[in-house]
Amino acid sequence: MDHIRNFCIIAHIDHGKSTLADRLLEFTQTVSDRDMQAQLLDNMDLERERGITIKSHAIQMNYLKGGKEFILNLIDTPGHVDFSYEVSRSIAACEGALLIVDASQGIEAQTISNLYLALEHDLEIIPVLNKIDLPGAMPEEVSDQIIDLIGCAKEDIIHASAKEGIGIEDILNAIVARIPSPKGDPEEPLQAMIFDSVFNSFRGIEVFFRVFNGTIKKGDKVKFVNTGKVYEADEIGVLKLDHEPRKELKAGNVGYIISGIKVAKEVKVGDTITHVDRPTQRQVKGFEDVKPMVYAGIYPVETSEFEELRASMEKLQLNDASLVWEPETSMALGFGFRCGFLGMLHMEIVQERLEREFDMTVITTVPSVRFHAIKSDGEIVKVSAPSELPESNYISHVEEPYIRAQIITKSEYIGAVIALCMDKRGEIKNQVYLTSDRVELTFELPLAEIVFDFFDKLKTISRGYASLDYELIGYRQSHMVKLDIMLNGEKVDALSAIVHRDKAYEWGKRLCEKLKELIPRQMFEIAVQASIGTKIIARETVKAMRKNVLAKCYGGDISRKRKLLEKQKKGKKRMRQVGNVEIPQEAFMAVLKLD
Amino acid sequence: MAGIYIHIPFCKQACHYCDFHFSTNLTNTNEMVRAILLELAIRKDYLGSETIETIYFGGGTPSILEEAHIAMILNRIRKNHSVGTSPEITLEANPDDLNSKKLAGLKAAGINRLSVGIQTFQDDRLKLINRTHSAREAINCIKNAQEIGFDNLTADLIYALPPEEMDYWKHDLQQMVALKLPHISLYGLTIEEKTVFGNWVAKGKLQETSEDLAANQYKYAIEYLSDLGYRQYEVSNFAKPGYESRHNSAYWSGKSYLGIGPGAHSFDGQHRSYNIRHNHKYIEAIQSGEIPETVETLSDLQRINEIILTELRTVEGIDLNSLKIRWRKDLLNDQKEEIDNLLRSDFVKLENSQLSLTTAGFMVADDIALRLFYDE
Repeated sequence: MDHIRNFCIIAHIDHGKSTLADRLLEFTQTVSDRDMQAQLLDNMDLERERGITIKSHAIQMNYLKGGKEFILNLIDTPGHVDFSYEVSRSIAACEGALLIVDASQGIEAQTISNLYLALEHDLEIIPVLNKIDLPGAMPEEVSDQIIDLIGCAKEDIIHASAKEGIGIEDILNAIVARIPSPKGDPEEPLQAMIFDSVFNSFRGIEVFFRVFNGTIKKGDKVKFVNTGKVYEADEIGVLKLDHEPRKELKAGNVGYIISGIKVAKEVKVGDTITHVDRPTQRQVKGFEDVKPMVYAGIYPVETSEFEELRASMEKLQLNDASLVWEPETSMALGFGFRCGFLGMLHMEIVQERLEREFDMTVITTVPSVRFHAIKSDGEIVKVSAPSELPESNYISHVEEPYIRAQIITKSEYIGAVIALCMDKRGEIKNQVYLTSDRVELTFELPLAEIVFDFFDKLKTISRGYASLDYELIGYRQSHMVKLDIMLNGEKVDALSAIVHRDKAYEWGKRLCEKLKELIPRQMFEIAVQASIGTKIIARETVKAMRKNVLAKCYGGDISRKRKLLEKQKKGKKRMRQVGNVEIPQEAFMAVLKLD
Repeated sequence: MAGIYIHIPFCKQACHYCDFHFSTNLTNTNEMVRAILLELAIRKDYLGSETIETIYFGGGTPSILEEAHIAMILNRIRKNHSVGTSPEITLEANPDDLNSKKLAGLKAAGINRLSVGIQTFQDDRLKLINRTHSAREAINCIKNAQEIGFDNLTADLIYALPPEEMDYWKHDLQQMVALKLPHISLYGLTIEEKTVFGNWVAKGKLQETSEDLAANQYKYAIEYLSDLGYRQYEVSNFAKPGYESRHNSAYWSGKSYLGIGPGAHSFDGQHRSYNIRHNHKYIEAIQSGEIPETVETLSDLQRINEIILTELRTVEGIDLNSLKIRWRKDLLNDQKEEIDNLLRSDFVKLENSQLSLTTAGFMVADDIALRLFYDE
């Protein structure tokens, strides 16, 4: 066991985590040059394009040092706040962490919160100053930030450039020398923790785990403690570039198990694997059922493709256990699904994966958080869609989820950040200077206020120099109202939203304006109205189409014109009809584009 | 009954709105005419034994050609085809080409209908759209043509020309009717990509006229001309009784036509084809005995949609009986909901199995056509 090192990488998006991982794999010859592909661990196209890790991954390297061969298990972590629970489980599987900080950028909020998580788990931190080759690198300043944060010595910080291959050997040597080897007893009852799973279309779900105690052998009967499900270990092994089957894996090691599991939902990250015959009495601490934070409707653009969409969602769920959904119907959109997501990025990813991997074009409706409507008898009605909100006379009040948000920014942007958070109904709780010009601000904010465009706005007002991390802190009473949109007097359910009363007028006004832009002129005038209950709070008018006739239609034009109109007709068919009004799909996403 | 269209792909200079095929290099007009004569020979069987009722010289600017060229082309057509006893032979012309001598020559060559590109009577707007003539030249040329004995005359005007203004249009219409032409065509300015105007609009250098004003101008014209006895027999065309363009009407009623010259389109009832839009390549191909054409075969539904599209734009409207008999399509039943809505809101009317547009309908003809289209 003393030759095993388990470590993860903590880094902010763009700070070079994936590139560094690539270099480690190359240096240890885990991959041949031939197989090398930039950002090897990010094996979804979407991950490579966006330069972020969506799922966690793991890979084992062998490294020869001082005549001993070490086994290094790198557990890659997702790089976005939407996936912070997965990050926490990856951290829990390690004894050490590389803290990668971009020498030209400094420490970001996400990095700090993950670093705290790592410190809570007593991980040995190896600070790495990356991108030192960049002209804008500020090694002194950023080193000071790191020292302030983790209290290490200046010499402990490794200078590296993953892109140029600088400092890679130093990092590997530090992993061997400074990260403790795992503790645990291979003779004890099996205690292993699941930190990830992936879907393999031939073999079912592959589950990745870390063995803390005991030994798992091929063919063992194992139990997943929280789900209570029992499986046979058809195959176990370690995660090289490809899977390498093994007969057994002992305490301290990291590996995979294949046991014919068909759906990702059966595998819960953080769950404990043990033997059926000799179960452990200690399940791994920190298990949580991951709960969605954001809900939205997903509908096929072509109403006839509902069943196809269902099949696609089912397949998607095979390897995305955090996606939850149930069928939903909308007057405007027909049959679709109400989906729960970990956050807005997760929602975007699901939508993009549906489009890319399943060729489905979908309409996503107004995202909503889950509100609690409290009835007079104290009963809580969970509301994750506007249509689920009971009429106001049936409820005593509404509660909404609040978060604690950590924002790190440059001191010159403090004013703007505070103004933004106040505008989002936030309350500032703390303000700490990390260095003379970097400050950490803590706010309490309604989750509903940050699910739309908060992050984009934050980036804009800080010219990119602000990072955000948040956690849910509970529910608080708020004056929420249901805001409806009507077109020529007919309610369009898919455009309803639950908003704070103080913001309802502004919301209604802006949404009406946006819809006026997005709904094309039709053969009659269209009234676009926003209402709370029976009270109209905003109105815009889409004027009737005055003229739509191309003047010339001679010899050659006939074909061209027919094609043009046939194309327009196809476009029209993609529109949704409410009453006599045709609504283009962009209109349903209008809420996301309110500025 | 069929028609022949001859495309003359030359202009003295490019109008800023035009995306038709033409070249301003006039050095090889002789070669082009020879290629056109050759193509007429190669394709003499395209229309089978149908009688040629209409011949149309379009462009470009056909009036650039020598009268002798026109005569040669017409002679070749007469040699290859059986031309009817009173064919309509139209030539599109620009006012600055039409002096009295030229007019007499064209008449002698056999042209019996002139279509004059006036576009507007405002000199500043003529300059803006880069026309080569003045309002005065336009008026004079019409008068000359009438004196020489062209009675079947038409002229074009463009509405929605920038800068946005209602009055220029009223003034243009007045000037136009004062010329006592039996036929008038009105086209709304459309901004096409790859034109100077397209470029200007994209760069914000030119403001496109609003839909509302364009609609008001169009509507004004329909009412104004109708009061003066011009019948709107198609979206853009107005005529005194008996002076409707027979050639263009043939397009709209699905008759066959042969298109000669670069960029010209042909239709034999089932296939639409068009020649390459490139003078030099066209000439080269024709000289080596090939037709540089792209052919598209229409499915029945495409044919039906074309009928809906073109007939709807005419005053007679869609002949529902013929659609039923010839194409086995019961439009009234197949698009019942749409048609009921359109009837109720007075965009169309239904008389004697003809479904036709009202004035309000003409304004939004494209939207109505696509509502009536069959899905492929």
